[in-house]
Amino acid sequence: MRVFVCVKQVPDTSGKVAVNEDGTLNRASMATIINPDDLSAMEAALQLKDETGCQVTAVTMGPMPAEGMLRELIAMGADDGVLISGREFGGSDTYATSQIIAAALHHLGVGPEDVIFCGRQAIDGDTAQVGPQIAEKLDLPQITYAADVKKEGNVLKVKRLLEDGYMTIEAQTPCLITCVKELNEPRYMTIKGIIECYDKPIEILDYPALQNEPLIDPTTIGLKGSPTNIFRSFTPPQKGAGQMLTGTSQEAVNELVGKLAAKHII
Amino acid sequence: MILSAKYELMRKNFRNFAETEFTTEIQEQLDREGGFNWDIWKKMAKYGFTGCKIPVEYGGQGGDTLAYVLMDEEFGRVCPVLAIYANTPNSLGGGPLLACGTPEQLEKYLTPAAKGEKQIAFALTEPGAGSDAGSLTTRAVADGDYFVLNGRKCFISGAPVADYAVVYAKTNPSLKGSRGISMFIVDMKLPGVSLGKPEEKMGINGYPTSDIVFENVRVHKSDLLGPLDKGYAVALSTLDGGRLGMAALSVGIAQACLEESVKYAKERKQFGKPISYNQGISFMLADMATEIAAARELVYSTAVAKDAKDKNASTMCAMSKYYASEMCNRVAAKAVQIHGGYGYIKDYRVERLYRDARIQTIYEGTSQVQQIVISRSLLK
Repeated sequence: MRVFVCVKQVPDTSGKVAVNEDGTLNRASMATIINPDDLSAMEAALQLKDETGCQVTAVTMGPMPAEGMLRELIAMGADDGVLISGREFGGSDTYATSQIIAAALHHLGVGPEDVIFCGRQAIDGDTAQVGPQIAEKLDLPQITYAADVKKEGNVLKVKRLLEDGYMTIEAQTPCLITCVKELNEPRYMTIKGIIECYDKPIEILDYPALQNEPLIDPTTIGLKGSPTNIFRSFTPPQKGAGQMLTGTSQEAVNELVGKLAAKHII
Repeated sequence: MILSAKYELMRKNFRNFAETEFTTEIQEQLDREGGFNWDIWKKMAKYGFTGCKIPVEYGGQGGDTLAYVLMDEEFGRVCPVLAIYANTPNSLGGGPLLACGTPEQLEKYLTPAAKGEKQIAFALTEPGAGSDAGSLTTRAVADGDYFVLNGRKCFISGAPVADYAVVYAKTNPSLKGSRGISMFIVDMKLPGVSLGKPEEKMGINGYPTSDIVFENVRVHKSDLLGPLDKGYAVALSTLDGGRLGMAALSVGIAQACLEESVKYAKERKQFGKPISYNQGISFMLADMATEIAAARELVYSTAVAKDAKDKNASTMCAMSKYYASEMCNRVAAKAVQIHGGYGYIKDYRVERLYRDARIQTIYEGTSQVQQIVISRSLLK
């Protein structure tokens, strides 16, 4: 049994957001983190590994520096990593991204007992589309919003977190599960894990490695193969600091009227 | 020192753990009530921090000295007392075992310590013998397969929570000075072992310290650690590593003081502007940052020298402890000064950091003892 965990390196939203002229994010200039929902997906996979001893593979698509994130996931406990990276894949929307990741998973080979974990959604795009699209393109059952995952034989029992309750679903492997951060508390890396992670294998899948995959077609990948286009993205302008007027209501109103009059608003 | 990706990742992991787990509530409770936080201890054990630099074959993580100082620094930056939790099994607790334990002793005592299943205290200091180990009065007398221990140890960090203690006792009183001293691993549950009441300390509350009293304690000879009558040399080599850890912890405390001070100096307004606009304040910040950077470089390069078995490493450990701990106290004093009256109030973090910093120039060899070590290496 092998568990694939699809992860994304996302901008650290506690830092500054930078946007390119074409409207896409200028990822190179921003600090990055591992997408929080994906960390929960990794933890779910590692718990399955603790239980069954299965192999856990972290899979990501992104620029070459995303290798650093894969090393972190290996230091947490993953066995190996796969980095899908190529100029041809750049600028992909969710449709093109899931096309490429599905092709990569097909290339790696999803066996009858295997499970694919994804985070529910990434904090940069907030679409929650890539996981389900990968499942569709690989023709696999999908269970979204997993808040609890248990394996009983070849069946996965998953509790889905819905707006007004829970739903428990069973699915045969192979299947794809998207996880919410309520699922678990991701573990930290261990010191030994960090020491060893630089010696573990990371496979790089570029365009030539995947071009013979049936799902890969130049018209369905990258910026040109993306049916959705970003119309405009921007950093919202900073609001000026507010000013509190103190004193009695009458004093405050007098002062407010004075300020508005001074700016020729009234 | 420019750290490689591996050590940067270690720093990130230590920082993330400390910032997430060492909550303000836990820190304030420990400072107020003392005791010991077993939950944090178990979490540290789970991620291997209690065995950071203990070899993998003894249940540790196999980290080197640089990994260990990064842990002490990053944990100390968030909470000095919790940094001591992770530090102890790697230094004073595990050090003597690692230095001269037999395979049986390593398996029996070091492995559970590395995994955080058992705690080991380091019992050298006595009421009349601290820096002057030659004045030890705890005696161990051979009696068949046993040694009979009598004496009193004081200021023993972690004694109230320890499962075992590495105890230094005179086995041959006819030998003068630091000769004639042996080490024993003493099970704290043996008949005749008792504890004094936990000391009420100025700072680092939450890691209990007490006396240990030995009254006709029978220790099996298989628990003699290292060669008979020559235990003190091992103590000295263990202290080297411990001193470097304490130096790193000092850098962490000082870094916390600096960060708090920069934040406060930008927020606090007097005479219509942030106090950071005054050179009297901003130059203090500049001095703090510069001294911290210098100490950090010394600590990191000493860690690398120690792993490379450089012949100057022992002196460098003393220099690191001496410089970093004194620097930490200068920086902590400035941090309180920048905070003004608020720095004297418990609501502000620098008040506790200032108290926690104070022990740094005292334990594991006072600054004056470090000066002796350093000057002797120059004048030998």
